[in-house]
Amino acid sequence: MQGPLIDTLARRGVTRRTFFKYCATLASLMALPPSAGRAMAEAMAAAPAASRRPSVIWLPFQECTGCTESITRSHSPSIEGLIFDAISLDYQETLMAAAGHQAEEALHHAMKENEGKYLLIVDGSIPLGLDGAYSCIAGKTNLEALKEAAKGAAAIVAMGSCAAFGGIPKANPNPTGAVSVSDIIKDKPIINIPGCPPIPVVMTGVLAHYLTFGTVPELDKLGRPKAFYGETIHDRCYRRPFYDQGKFAKTFDDEGARKGWCLFELGCKGPVTYNACATVKWNAGTSWPVESGHGCLGCSEPDFWDGGGFYRALSRPADPLKMAATAAAVGAAAGVAITFANRAKKSSAKAAHETVTLADLEK
Amino acid sequence: MNEMQFLTWVRGPGLDIAIGIFLLGVLWRLIEIYSLGRKVDVAPGRHRDGASGLHTVFRRSVPPPGMIKRSPVTYIGGYVFHIGLAIIVFLFEPHIILIRDLTGLSWPGLPSQVIDLVSVITLGAMLVVLADRIKNPVKRYLSTFADWFTWTLTFLPVLTGWMAVQHLLLPYTTMLALHILSVELLLIVLPFTKLFHAFTVFGSRWYLGKINGHRGVPV
Repeated sequence: MQGPLIDTLARRGVTRRTFFKYCATLASLMALPPSAGRAMAEAMAAAPAASRRPSVIWLPFQECTGCTESITRSHSPSIEGLIFDAISLDYQETLMAAAGHQAEEALHHAMKENEGKYLLIVDGSIPLGLDGAYSCIAGKTNLEALKEAAKGAAAIVAMGSCAAFGGIPKANPNPTGAVSVSDIIKDKPIINIPGCPPIPVVMTGVLAHYLTFGTVPELDKLGRPKAFYGETIHDRCYRRPFYDQGKFAKTFDDEGARKGWCLFELGCKGPVTYNACATVKWNAGTSWPVESGHGCLGCSEPDFWDGGGFYRALSRPADPLKMAATAAAVGAAAGVAITFANRAKKSSAKAAHETVTLADLEK
Repeated sequence: MNEMQFLTWVRGPGLDIAIGIFLLGVLWRLIEIYSLGRKVDVAPGRHRDGASGLHTVFRRSVPPPGMIKRSPVTYIGGYVFHIGLAIIVFLFEPHIILIRDLTGLSWPGLPSQVIDLVSVITLGAMLVVLADRIKNPVKRYLSTFADWFTWTLTFLPVLTGWMAVQHLLLPYTTMLALHILSVELLLIVLPFTKLFHAFTVFGSRWYLGKINGHRGVPV
């Protein structure tokens, strides 16, 4: 098998064999049959004949660029990074050399040339407050830009929790009126890849799937690819046996923490978080949050920022005794009131009681 | 409202309301019941009271001779599900964390697999007890809406909790939220139904034992 991507990879010291292995890994990660690995390799290797490379437009809205950092810096130079060679990334503010009018021109050119075919990647939430004035690019609000770019897109990838669910900008009290991509765009296929940031291989896996099959992967009801968001962190966690045995770290520096026991009591949100961290890990499989000793924050779930505190165990309520004093006082008052009512009833019954005399019985 | 918001609500405002109503109801009912009082019994006691009250508290937990044979389902089923509930509520680690958070008290728990087994046994015992209530004509005749209702409210937290841990039917997050919600319903209803026996059972046994002792039938 030959192709521009294979050549590019070879120049960077990545052998054909390594590339195949990578594709096979991606396919198995996404629970696809082994033959899909080869299909992916063929599709990606063949695609980049300059004019036929699928166009990708990446729009940044209310975001921190963490998602881009995650992809580009994860383990660069990596095969993941090189997947970008299989696509034509026509607009990405952080990565592109062009700026100002040139950048705008590139965007509009790409949208016109690939009408109906390009893949739109969005990171960041869209502010609706003050008519969208909180975030503008080239004089246009994010809302306008998204609607315009979505019109000609084949599919939209909402990268990161902000684009997928509103994320941190949407955190209570949501001052900018931030919403997610799926809150605005209703008529296009949307793939949500939440995470703060998302795992790089999830991003490339979805891209590879799209390049190979031309379709979006199977999604759960929150629009996330089931292959990566099918199971909870907790169920795949290597510390799970400690949870089952009831062995918990109580603080971050106690005996339990040193022995690597379960972080549930320290607020780990693993049981309610669907993501692939526990299996795929981060930084080329080096580690992941729980392995490094910190509980899961649940960053790939909607509204994780307002989930009741990162260091509060899931079984611990937010503020359970808020009404306790009032309730106790009202309850006691009700009890006392009824006591008086009962006593009054009793004494009136006593007062109304007529003694039966012998004379009565003889009547 | 997505499932995470649902969970956050039941852990937050939902629980506040439930615990509030629970405390209100418990205090109200306790004060009401214990302030009712009785007419002073002017007749001299036929027997010294002794510890008849205290003895009755324990004796009534033991079936009278021959009764286990006569109605095994009531006794054995009753024991199994009451003890099961106590183990699940007080010895499951996440529950202990909740109790520690509310009261500051904590104790060691049991492995979750053990709790799992106990849950299945408890659910089974409750179903058997329910079947007996339906099948047995006397029990069915004596049952009112409140009996079916309180059985359901006791059954649901065990069922939803077990299903959440086992990942059955619904995603864990939703099931966990439903579990907490079912417990909240139980908390709200407890002070105002026969479930209030959780608070009054030993008090009333003591009272009856003392009266019986006074009248010459000491235990």
